[in-house]
Amino acid sequence: MADLDQDERMQREAIDVDRSKGDFRYEEDYAYDAGVGLDAGVVDYISRVKGEPEWVREFRHRSLGVFESMPMPTHWATDDLDNIRFQEIRYYLAKGQKPSRTWEEVPDDVKRTFERLGIPEAERKFLAGVEAQFDSEASYSRMKEELEKQGVIFCGPTEGLRDHAEVFRRWFGKVIPAGDNKFAALNSAVFSGGSFIYVPKGVKVAQPLQAYFRINAQNFGQFERTLIIADEGAEVTYMEGCTAPKFETATLHSAVVELVALKGAKIQYVTVQNWSSNVFNLVTKRGVAEEDAEVRWIDCNIGSRLTMKYPGVVLRGKRARGEVLSIALANDGQHQDTGAKMIHAADDTTSNIIAKSISVGEGRSTYRGLVHIPRTLRGCRNNTECDALLINEHSRTDTYPAISVRGRRNSVQHEASVSKVSAEQIFYMMQRGLTEGEAMSLAVNGFVNDLVKEFPMEYSVELKRLIELQMEGSVG
Amino acid sequence: MSAPAADAGVADPALQRAHEAGAPAWLAEVRRTGREAFASLPMPGRGDERWRFSDVRSLSLEGFAPAPAPSQEDAARLARGSALTADAAATLIFIDGHCVSRPELPESLRRAGVVFAPVEDVVRDRPELLRGEALRPPALLGGGKLLALQRAWFGSGYVLHVPDGIEIPRPLSVVHWALKDGSAALPHALIHVGARARATVHEWRLAAQPDLRTLSVSATDLHAGPGARVERLSVQNWGSAAQSFEIDTVAAAAGAEVLSVNAAVGARRARLENVVRLEGEGADVKLLGIAVATGEQEFDQRTLQVHAAPGARSDLLFKNALLDRARTVFSGLIKVAPGAQRTDAYQTNRNLLLSPEAEADSLPGLEIEANDVKCSHGATTGQVSPDELFYLLSRGIPLPAAQELLAQGFLEEVLTRIGDAGAAEAVRGMLRAKFHS
Repeated sequence: MADLDQDERMQREAIDVDRSKGDFRYEEDYAYDAGVGLDAGVVDYISRVKGEPEWVREFRHRSLGVFESMPMPTHWATDDLDNIRFQEIRYYLAKGQKPSRTWEEVPDDVKRTFERLGIPEAERKFLAGVEAQFDSEASYSRMKEELEKQGVIFCGPTEGLRDHAEVFRRWFGKVIPAGDNKFAALNSAVFSGGSFIYVPKGVKVAQPLQAYFRINAQNFGQFERTLIIADEGAEVTYMEGCTAPKFETATLHSAVVELVALKGAKIQYVTVQNWSSNVFNLVTKRGVAEEDAEVRWIDCNIGSRLTMKYPGVVLRGKRARGEVLSIALANDGQHQDTGAKMIHAADDTTSNIIAKSISVGEGRSTYRGLVHIPRTLRGCRNNTECDALLINEHSRTDTYPAISVRGRRNSVQHEASVSKVSAEQIFYMMQRGLTEGEAMSLAVNGFVNDLVKEFPMEYSVELKRLIELQMEGSVG
Repeated sequence: MSAPAADAGVADPALQRAHEAGAPAWLAEVRRTGREAFASLPMPGRGDERWRFSDVRSLSLEGFAPAPAPSQEDAARLARGSALTADAAATLIFIDGHCVSRPELPESLRRAGVVFAPVEDVVRDRPELLRGEALRPPALLGGGKLLALQRAWFGSGYVLHVPDGIEIPRPLSVVHWALKDGSAALPHALIHVGARARATVHEWRLAAQPDLRTLSVSATDLHAGPGARVERLSVQNWGSAAQSFEIDTVAAAAGAEVLSVNAAVGARRARLENVVRLEGEGADVKLLGIAVATGEQEFDQRTLQVHAAPGARSDLLFKNALLDRARTVFSGLIKVAPGAQRTDAYQTNRNLLLSPEAEADSLPGLEIEANDVKCSHGATTGQVSPDELFYLLSRGIPLPAAQELLAQGFLEEVLTRIGDAGAAEAVRGMLRAKFHS
């Protein structure tokens, strides 16, 4: 940092994010540990420990084969992927506990971890259901009783595939098949933890269901699997947050999230990702929207070393709607490679993508998009806007959309812009008595404000705090 | 060099090697390097991002061979149809890659040191103008193998050299004709416009018969010196079964102003690669593209705007109208190098779908490594507005005519920016004819 001049250092400090909240850990003694490295034995071990049916074990093995046969996607993605050492990662760690139903039952050390993250308070205030995952398995899971009475299922994949196979098996691995990409295949081979949710016909879950994901052990890979099915006319909002302490070596998080919105259903999926800056966060997220259904991804990426995540919606029924709202903040040593995919597969479907990124210091943010409208369709529309804000001289941003359109009465529009905080704005605010740091903070918050407003209230508060600017070192 | 056997293809290494014999050492070296690169590089494949959305499976260089020189009668006949730039200062005519008409430059320009001549003459008289060509930058946008093929056959095409401070007020015209079915032409154009100099070049690629199946691989390098003003219009109207590849570069020095217009009309498949480098402060490059794609045509447009210097400006606008089962691919990238502050860079791609079977693919990209920039891109794909269509229909204009009128209105935005009204009218006529083919 010696080569940075005073101004730039001040600007960086001004915009840096508070990551200290997640940066702690406790010693763990795991009852189940699949060891280091990946082979068929590890897959068998995970499947045996979980007591899975034979078809799930076969699915895992098939997926492992796919993972091993697929090349790294470095012909389009960053070479940083080659730094992942798959044979040095631990694929399964668990304390052997069943998810606790009350907070008092949770083991003390795990409880301390989550209390620091503020989970019980969050639940008391807002949430209809909470699941907290500690390394591989859920350690705490609770849902309000009235939802249970309405038939809402909220559990992990092990319970979902074992106890509710008739509900979940039909869609499991169908929205995102194991062969979708190398990391989806990896997840399909070694998945554990995550949320399986079913909302019955017409049930509207008024309060959000929530999950916290936490990596607590060094060299650990977290591979949670989430499947949310909203039956006809149902509505649900799901929120996830993630943190990890900072370790010496890189850690891998590779999730698969599948959403199914049946006729007229609405699913909103909110993510605030704040992994520590040595986590490879390689996530596949996709939803299917049937007739008149709506799938909405709200995605905020602040942490991790490399995030590659392009939430998608397959618009499979007439008049289905898909939306992705995305905020990314890339600081020194970070690459936020995010975006969205909209696959139109029925008439009169509409999709909307709004992505905003901020690059600070030597951070790099990338938008990748795909909009596909085939020739058999008519009356489809897509709107895409991506805006990038560059804070420092060495900040970097890239935009790589791909748009393919045929058919009748279909239209797409895509716009992208790149800008910096204008000197006039900063001058105006400083002239009215704000410090440079405060002025920068205000300008950056203004840039993302119209998107932050779309987040559920409790998350928009958290987001503002995360993007909060610190004024130390700033000279008036 | 002797005319090749009719069945020997342009991709045949023995034929390529024979082409090296008897050439000056530096030229033989250019050809040898090209031949070896061509042999070692793979054909574009489906996994290559730079060929994304292109129909690479139908890409074949087999069955095309350099054609022998045309007869006197053919040369005279085609020369009569070559006056597309009405008030050209001079016109060069090529048939199947052979130069059949050398221009008479006005005495004043000749004395000022202006060179406007076919490559074969420059090899003989002024080889120093071409020798640096061995150092030409590699094709960055996927056409490496095609460029290597062009180098292996290096020898056709032209050189325009305008010394510092010289202004050529009227346009120079170059007409490339395809005459023989199965012929391959691989011309190179080197346009060097010196400091504060000024020139306009029009290039017309035409077919002697409308349904010719020919191959054209052309490479054009345009250098605009400090404060130079250069305008280049390139119009592709090959026969309906032709394959066309244009691999171009533009380098703009400080304060240079360049306007580059590409019109795509003919060929079964046509690909344009254009790498533009803004190398000096205040350079200003405008890139325009216009296409009407019909039938089974595929127009593939790949551009890269590299801002290597601060305070430069680039602006791209590509407009495509699509009918029938045609396809266009636009892939553009703006790259702003670290330190290229105060960059203004824009990129717009607009596609008008006039048929449900047509497909427009768009890959607009940005890579920005400087923070004090104004950059944006926009891409839209849609149909003619129902309101505008209704207005015309309600006034008794039949549907096909109304659609055509609206499409032509859509294309006018580019046509009106062609500096020469006569040339613009010629392009307009070619585009109009496509609505009735």
